[in-house]
Amino acid sequence: MSYATALRCRKCGREYPLEPLNLCDFCFSPLEISYDYKRMAKAVSQEKISGGPPNMWRYKDLLPVDGDVVDIGTGFTPLVKADNLGRELVLDHLYIKNDCLNPTYSFKDRVVSVAITKAREFGFDIVACASTGNLAASVAAHAAKANMKSYVFIPSDVERGKLVGIAIYNPVLVMVEGSYDDVNRLCSQLAQRYNWGFININLRPYYAEGSKTLGYEVAEQLGWCAPDCVVAPAGSGLLFTRIWKSLDELSMLGLIGPVNTHMYLTQAAGCSPIVNAFQSGALHVHPVKPNTIAKSIAIGNPADGYYALRVARQCGGGACAITDEELVEGMKLLAETEGIFAEAAGGVVIAGLKKLVASGVIKRNELTVAFITGAGLKTQEAVAEVVHPFVIKPTLESFEEVAGNQA
Amino acid sequence: MVKRRVMFTFPPELIKEPIIYNLGQQFKVVTNIRRADVNGDRGWVVLELEGEGKDIERGIAWVSSKGVRVDPVVGDIVEG
Repeated sequence: MSYATALRCRKCGREYPLEPLNLCDFCFSPLEISYDYKRMAKAVSQEKISGGPPNMWRYKDLLPVDGDVVDIGTGFTPLVKADNLGRELVLDHLYIKNDCLNPTYSFKDRVVSVAITKAREFGFDIVACASTGNLAASVAAHAAKANMKSYVFIPSDVERGKLVGIAIYNPVLVMVEGSYDDVNRLCSQLAQRYNWGFININLRPYYAEGSKTLGYEVAEQLGWCAPDCVVAPAGSGLLFTRIWKSLDELSMLGLIGPVNTHMYLTQAAGCSPIVNAFQSGALHVHPVKPNTIAKSIAIGNPADGYYALRVARQCGGGACAITDEELVEGMKLLAETEGIFAEAAGGVVIAGLKKLVASGVIKRNELTVAFITGAGLKTQEAVAEVVHPFVIKPTLESFEEVAGNQA
Repeated sequence: MVKRRVMFTFPPELIKEPIIYNLGQQFKVVTNIRRADVNGDRGWVVLELEGEGKDIERGIAWVSSKGVRVDPVVGDIVEG
């Protein structure tokens, strides 16, 4: 059995049984999982975790699941010492957490693995989600592995290239005509009408916990310590809050020392409601209309925006917004220095990191981890202009004529 | 009768208008406020609407047409 004890309202503190439920009945605020940390502390150790499977389920004792898990090989992705990029940015201890290398090429596999495991525990036959790419692919893949039916709702303007990466797992793929807001509204109604495991609605408290494994891994890969600085992307803000929670939990459990990490969140300037709130000193995150090529983090009304804002402020961190031009440069810089092709959201992180270092917010000697959460092959159109090959005839002369000086 | 949980975000020019009162009066929708934050230039209200499905739909369309942003309480459901 897991060490989860209840669902708890993040605003008013009311508790609910561990069921498929995401909002407090009284104040409509989000629920999150409570744990019995005293019992958990007795069960976990660095040695036990290190001896676990080489995937995210080595942290099973810290997650709210009870039985067999739905696993397609997610997690324990590389933490790369990024010396080349570090030299470029003038950072002595820079690491890249490369979460492109998950089975469906994004960090969403972590959250979905937990959510679908719970969906099966709760007895759902059908799971569903609404997504423009990464989440949809991950839900469809995990549902296939779990022998469950999945409904995936996508806005009609999703790039064709992304559809194949979703459809290959054979979900019921539903393309919704209408605006982004229309799709949101429809899915909210669907979730109320049908008894499905809606991955990021009624299963959201469980789904959220999967994100913690990113932070656990980084701490373990650093030799059981927390970094000085974290730079991560923020869409809904959930990942950002859970990286912080994961470090806090490891410290509470005695697995790492005190956490003094500064958390920096990055968003695309065309959709930066959390950054706007941070910079204006506001307490509430006001929704915006997304307009950026970083679509995987283009969430105008972020569900965890308020909590991400609070984390950034509490830990002495910050927030910065990146234009589409800057994020493209960020994608190219990461690829050219470290050989990692990140999606547009990764470009936001690298460009954000560059800004934070250049402005002196992140210091040269601080151990910094930048989180790359999705692979670039999904958003190739963002950097299509890099393709300009030499065109030659199939002769040595032709080659040496155009490239001789460079060979 | 159905229930719908929504968040209204008001722009500055609508802060003084009794939008929620009129929603209840004109569309036979019962409004039940659970959380809110309204100040001089902006405001948001989280509330539950109860009524006939078509009345709620018409009511939400009217609120939107007035310039109020209407979102699901859970935030955006469509994710990347």
